[in-house]
Amino acid sequence: MVLGTWYFVPKNEYMKSIIIALLAFGLFHSDGKLKIVSFEEFEEIIEAPSDGIRVYNFWATWCAPCIKEMPHFQTVSRSEGVELMFVSLDDGRKPDRVENFMEKRNITSPVVLLDDIDYNRWIGKVSDDWSGAIPATLFIDANGKRHFHEGEMSEQELKDFINKLK
Amino acid sequence: MRNMRFLMTMLLALVFTGAMAQKSGYQVGDTARDFELKNVDGETVSMADHEDAKGFLVIFSCNTCPYVVAYEDRMMELHEKYAPKGYPVIAINPNDEALSPGDSFEKMQERARDKNFPFAYVYDESQEIVNAYGATRTPEVYLLQKQDDELVVKYIGAIDNNYRDASEVTERYVEEAVDALLNDRQIAETSTKAIGCTIKFRK
Repeated sequence: MVLGTWYFVPKNEYMKSIIIALLAFGLFHSDGKLKIVSFEEFEEIIEAPSDGIRVYNFWATWCAPCIKEMPHFQTVSRSEGVELMFVSLDDGRKPDRVENFMEKRNITSPVVLLDDIDYNRWIGKVSDDWSGAIPATLFIDANGKRHFHEGEMSEQELKDFINKLK
Repeated sequence: MRNMRFLMTMLLALVFTGAMAQKSGYQVGDTARDFELKNVDGETVSMADHEDAKGFLVIFSCNTCPYVVAYEDRMMELHEKYAPKGYPVIAINPNDEALSPGDSFEKMQERARDKNFPFAYVYDESQEIVNAYGATRTPEVYLLQKQDDELVVKYIGAIDNNYRDASEVTERYVEEAVDALLNDRQIAETSTKAIGCTIKFRK
């Protein structure tokens, strides 16, 4: 019955937003398998509508300060009730590096590997404030507004940043 | 409520503008300062020593960043190609040794020896130069051109658009910028962004 109603909704936009929402939901509730995305696919994820604060942390397995701050992100996202996604910028030809890392370091939050190395084409589309250095973190508040932080964050800094967005 | 939200937004805006205002460093068109930094051969290097140079490719670099490692051969090629035309490469390691032990001066000497760097590879131990230039990551290139007695910043950014594979590069930002200067043309793209390793600033 419910399904029937859905099928007869004629608006394409409506269906599109449902598909995007499902896609975003799927990625945020990943089964531990790493997904490899293009920048366009990543853009769809961050542009999906959401009622809550979302946090996208850019990192790589070779980046020591990134690895250091990851546990803070997992802890704070849980305690503050915000959605977190780790966006790996590792080599897309070697996803097993990221998968092994996730397993070894017990990364339970969703992870995608953003595999697009024509960096100058898309870094500015994430934020004007991003030079390209990692770690870096994109915050999207409940109104859909973007905020950006380049550089490592302590647990307290992260908490303060999120609380300012509430 | 609405007023409250407006006030909070304004406050946030203030906080963020404040944070941005702290982002110091050179923009394209600014005059860059010279330096006196210790090279891997023990000699002190400064741009004033290169009287014949038309400018410099100052590259913030290090030993440990995988992006730098991916670009080392291309940095050497840039020097081989452009030093004879008046634009030598000077690589500067700005990383704090305590935070990144692999970037110590001794390790720099090792790396320079192993790779047989044809360019100067100097150590910005006090981080005075990286702070003045405002570099945020390695590798990051500052193309400087001598105009009268000044060094003017002409390009800031990445070497090209494919760190993984030099043969797959479709945009050679630095080469195009230097070629433009050599031919008295406008530089098409004066700044570019790329993923890189954060510079390890002393705490």
